[in-house]
This record gives sequence, structure tokens and C-alpha cells, in this order.
Amino acid sequence: MAIIIDMPKLSDTMEEGVISKWNIKEGDAVKSGDIIAEVETDKATMDVEAFDDGVVLKIMAKEGEAVPLGGKMVIIGEKGEDISDLLGGDSAKDDKGSSDEKKSEKSAKSEKSEPEKSDSKKDFDPLFGDLEKSEEKPSEESSDDDSSRLKASPLARKIAEDQGIKLSQVKGSGPNGRIVKKDVESFDGASVATEEKKSDSKAPSMPVYEISAEDQEFKISQMRKTIAKRLAESKFTNPHFYETIDIDMKRAMEARTAMNAAGDVKISFNDLVVKACAKALRLHPKMNSSWLGDVIKQHGGVHVAVAVAIDDGLVTPVIRNADVKGLAQISAETKELAGKARDKKLQPEDWEGSTFTISNLGMYGIEEFTAIINPPNAAILAVGAIRDVPVVENGQVVPGKRMKVTLSSDHRVVDGATCAEFLNTVRKFLENPTTMLVY
Amino acid sequence: MPQLQFREAIREAMQEEMRRDDRVFLMGEEVAEYDGAYKVSQGMLAEFGPKRIIDTPISELGFSGIGVGAAMNGLIPIVEFMTFNFSIVGVDQILNNAAKIRYMSGGQVNMPIIFRGPNAAAGQLGATHSVAYESFFSYFPGLKVIYASEPYDAKGLLKSAIRDGNPIIFMESEQMYGLKGEVPEEEYLIPIGKGKIKREGDDVTIVAHGKMLYVARQAAEQLAKDGIECEIIDPRTIKPFDIDLVIESVKKTNRVVLVDESHPFGGVASEVGFLIQRDAFDYLDAPVQRVTLPDVPAPFAKNLYDIWFPDTKQVIAAVKAVTYTN
Repeated sequence: MAIIIDMPKLSDTMEEGVISKWNIKEGDAVKSGDIIAEVETDKATMDVEAFDDGVVLKIMAKEGEAVPLGGKMVIIGEKGEDISDLLGGDSAKDDKGSSDEKKSEKSAKSEKSEPEKSDSKKDFDPLFGDLEKSEEKPSEESSDDDSSRLKASPLARKIAEDQGIKLSQVKGSGPNGRIVKKDVESFDGASVATEEKKSDSKAPSMPVYEISAEDQEFKISQMRKTIAKRLAESKFTNPHFYETIDIDMKRAMEARTAMNAAGDVKISFNDLVVKACAKALRLHPKMNSSWLGDVIKQHGGVHVAVAVAIDDGLVTPVIRNADVKGLAQISAETKELAGKARDKKLQPEDWEGSTFTISNLGMYGIEEFTAIINPPNAAILAVGAIRDVPVVENGQVVPGKRMKVTLSSDHRVVDGATCAEFLNTVRKFLENPTTMLVY
Repeated sequence: MPQLQFREAIREAMQEEMRRDDRVFLMGEEVAEYDGAYKVSQGMLAEFGPKRIIDTPISELGFSGIGVGAAMNGLIPIVEFMTFNFSIVGVDQILNNAAKIRYMSGGQVNMPIIFRGPNAAAGQLGATHSVAYESFFSYFPGLKVIYASEPYDAKGLLKSAIRDGNPIIFMESEQMYGLKGEVPEEEYLIPIGKGKIKREGDDVTIVAHGKMLYVARQAAEQLAKDGIECEIIDPRTIKPFDIDLVIESVKKTNRVVLVDESHPFGGVASEVGFLIQRDAFDYLDAPVQRVTLPDVPAPFAKNLYDIWFPDTKQVIAAVKAVTYTN
């Protein structure tokens, strides 16, 4: 019996997945457990495996195509099996015929596609025939015949050859993904910029910017789509309010130096903030909650997400039960998760289920900022840089270390005083790290 | 510079050449007493008399043959067809005698003859009176084919044709006879086989001859509003075709749209498209596109005719396709 493999739910927030690679083609035999495809979700690129043995009868989505959750990806069954009832729609009619007809399916398809195409252009040339149309039909069908073939205009090939650009690295913007002059030229600009960067390695802090007068449009990645959707939703539905507190980091710095002195661990300030927040959340469980519409859910575990910037976006991997984990473990886990995030290797369990989020831009010298709540959390802490400031101690102006943190909170869940108490606990922990031992 | 109508430019060319060389004469239907079906030969009977401006019966095969014989015997006939649609009746004389005599006689017999008249569709004239014959005549070795689009080009090219010494098809258009353009008073000749850039641009090359020049110009004006600058080349002579000028332009623009009043299969655009892909392959950033008549005879009904005849919309669509700006 042939079965359809649907787009599985590979992350809790995905609504569609983009087929980034098929490992199979029609006619291949697959076994249960074979990785048949790689799918780009809003968070990561995930493997999709087959759960049945059989032969690939029909691939229903092309590489690069977005398939909605539950949408058909591929049909697997026995060789030669009639799958017309699974295909549905008019393609079922095509496949009802004899096997001879099936063989000619390809040509039948292309014949069919042309009238459709001319229909769409009917407004100006109902008579101008297939001679002109077939030259430039953007039909994707022809592309899967020979998707391995690199399509490039003769001019693009010549420019690429002259300038030593590998066409396989260039993304084509023309029909059927054809690489045209514009694509090679803009690619050239990018690689020149990288070369300049390399040769400029003596001054790595000075980024070399590519100067281009041309406007460019970029396809929105799954991750970007998710960021756009979730954060817009959060900002526009959650009534945010903000509280900023200035924390004396002198003792935290001393403590960190002492902890790292042995050399077997390398605790960062961020690790200290994670630990302090986790401990404080345990003491202020109302902060560790979610608005669920009809109820407020107070979470039993304290799971702190840390925002990690990656190419074209950010992800928020989670340190689970951070309140009971030692700093060494928090530090190690954060490093591992950040590395996985940059390699796009995070798995759903790495980012799901946070109860609080920390976003730290201190390393960029940002003094303070406000963050958008990462749903379904009730709050997010935006951490600024540690600054050298003059402070008054015992009537004397002395050099001090200060760090501003800003808490964005969902007013449906918590109120100003609750957050202020939480922030004061965080401050107390960071200003006297040893107090964390008490709880 | 005086503004002349297309018909006046052609008339001046014939008059000047007839004054210059008494071997030149004009014959055709209604060219003398009626002063020309389209008033091209107006006043010429009065100036040159009935021996050099000759009315013929409605017998294209007959008077084409008289023209061929006259040319063989040392005269330079200009044979006017009321339209090239009627030339088909006399086509055996043109294709088998005029085009081949010099070749078949081993160069002993010259064939200085001009066959001229309006060509192609000119509104609702029905299927048999609306054919573009430039690709048809260009097919045959031995003939040169000129299809001018502006009074200046028409005069200079017709004078060159009369002096050329070879059988020449010279095409005009009923719809262009009234078009005005600047024509210098002093004598000038335009070499046969040389095209002209009629509009400069960097983004796409449009090759358009005859009436299609005007369609291309309108399209170019609209496209310029979208920032697409078209270079328009008028080949002026269909055969020999000035492919060098087109290739040079394609090397600059990397994209081509051919606008052709012929039907698609085997039309002028087919040959030019072939030459471009052969000679400028490495310079093409998009497949050569063309706008032609459909593979259907001319309809009479106005609504169908308007769809049938190439228009600016189609040219704009083709330009957008080759510039990837859809």
C-alpha cells in the first residue's frame, strides 16, 4: 500500500518547511530509517526519515519549495503501484491510463503546461504562439529533468570564466534559476569584498564595507519569517513595560577572576547573569510564568534561554534547570549551544520550553537597551555593558564598575512591583555573588 | 531642411535619377495618367512624357517580363506594383529571370531593375492584401531587398538602388506615404546594406524595420519611463543585412528583441536571430526574443486585426523578458 509522507512538525513553531535537499529520487528504494530529505524549518535544518520500506513513487515537492505542515512531500509504495487516488485533483486523470501513457507523462505534461501559460498572458497575445512561449517558460517542470545542469546565460558564463568565478557558487535569478549577468556581477562584488577583508587582516576591527549603489532584495529565510512573525506578535499583543536597574559589578568581577584563576573553567559575565536570574526566578516564581489566555501558567522548572546571534537572525537555546546547575555547567552548556546554533545544528529540544530569556549586548558596548519578550515567557532581561564610572563611596569619588539591565515584562502576567522585587534580587546576587550560595 | 512626405522623397529620387540618366523609366498600373495610385509619381508624366512614364494593363506577369527584357537590353526600369501583394502574380519573372539571369549567363547579361511598391499590412485589407514579403524575397539569391522606414532613408536608398545595376526589391508602405521627415536639398546617397541606429540605449537592442520602427519607438519611450533604455536599429536593407551593426550593439546591451512584420516561421527575425546567436553567443545574457505576426493570415475584422498586428505591448513584454524585469 502506497503511503504519503507529509511535512512533519519538526519544531513547535514551524508552519511550513522548505525542502533544502532530497536524498532520494523517484524510483529509489528506501528503507525505514533512511534519511530521505533535509528540511529547513524556522529554526534549523532537520533530517526527515522514512518510517516504511518501499520505492519512491512520486516526489511532490521540489528542492527549495516550501511545504506547509502536513503537506504532501513524497509517496512511497510498491513498484508500479497505482497512486492515482493519492495524487488527487486532475493529475489523477493523467495517471489512470496504461503504463504506456505513463511513460509519455512528461511530454503530456509539457504540452499541458503551455496552454495554461498562454492563458495567463492572454491579455495581449492570444495568437502568438508556442514558438515564442516555449523559449522563456518559467515552468519548473523542465528544471527537475536536469536540475543538476547549471543554467547560465552565455554572457554570465563568459564573465565568470574571465573573472575566475565558480558558477556553482552563484545563485541564478533568471527563469529556471538561470544565472545572468547581474548575478555574476553582484557575486563578484561580494567576493572582492571578502578578499579585501582578508588582505586587511592587520586591522581586523575595521570592517570593509562593499559599496553598491544598486538596491538589492533578499529572499526571506524561514528563520527571518519566524522572527518577524513571533516578535511582531509579541510586541503588538503583549503589553510590555520596562524597568532598568544599575548594578555594581565590582564584586562580580572579583568573584569571576577568582573562579577563573585556577584555569579549569572560564566563567563569563553572562554565565553569572544566567545564574543570578535563575536563582532569582526561583525566589520570584510569578516571573517564571506564561500567559495562556484563560490561565497564567507558573512553570515548575526554571529554564533560561540565551539569545545567540547567528547569520541572518538569532536563536534562543535553553539552559534547562539553570537554578540548580553550577556555573561551570551553565558555562559549558551555553558554549555548546551557541556553537550548535552557529552551525545550524540546534535540535528542537535545544530551543523549546524556555521560561525566561536573557539578551546580552554588553560585548558590543551597548549601555542599555530594551528587548522584546520571547513568547511565551513573561519577561526578558536586556543586559548592557559593564562601564567604568565614577562612584561615591564613603564620601569619596572612586572608580566603579556598573552594568545596566532592563527587564521587559508582560503586564498581563506581572506588575511593576513584582518585577522591581525580582530585579532587586538579581542585583543583590550580582553585587554580592556569595549570597547566591544561600538559596 | 525641407520636410518631405515619404511619397515625395521617393518621387524626388526617381525624378533626379531620370534627369541624370535617360535609361531610367517608370512603369506600372496607374503611374502615368492617374499620377500614381498613391500619388507617388504625381507630375512625372508631365515632366518625362509617356515614353518614360508608362501605364500598364493589370498584368503583373506581363509588365514584370517587359521590365526584365528592357533591363537585359540596357535600360533601367523601375517597375511599380500597386502593392507587393500583386507582385506575386508576376513572381516568376522576378525570381527566375530577374534574380538569376546574371548568374545563368555567366555574368554576360546585366539586370539593373527596381521592383517597388507598398508592402505588408495596411489596415483592414483582408488576408490576400496584407502580406509582408520582405523575408520571402530575401530568400532568393540574386535579389537585394530594401525596406525603408523614413523619407530620408527612402530617397537615399532608392537613388543608390537605381544606380546599383542589380535587381532590387524596394519596399514602401501605404501607411507610411504620408509620413513627413527631413530630407536635405542637396544630393545624397545611402549605401545599400547599411543599417542605422535610430535611438541609442544601453539595456536592450531592438531591431525593427519598416513600420515596425514606429512600434519599437513607442515601446522604447514607455520603457524609458521604467528606466530601460532601448537601442533601436533600423537595418533599412533587409538583404544584404547589416549584421555587424547589430552585433556591435548586442555586445553593448547583451539583449535583443527583434520586431518583425513577417510571420514567425522563416521570417527575417529567424535569420537575424540565428546570426546573433552565432556571432554574439558569449555576449548574450538572455535568449533572443522576437515579436512577429502570428502564424495566421491577416484577419479582416477590426478586433482580430488589432490582436494580429504586432503592437507596443508585445514589444514591451519581450523587452522585459530579456532584461529580466518582469
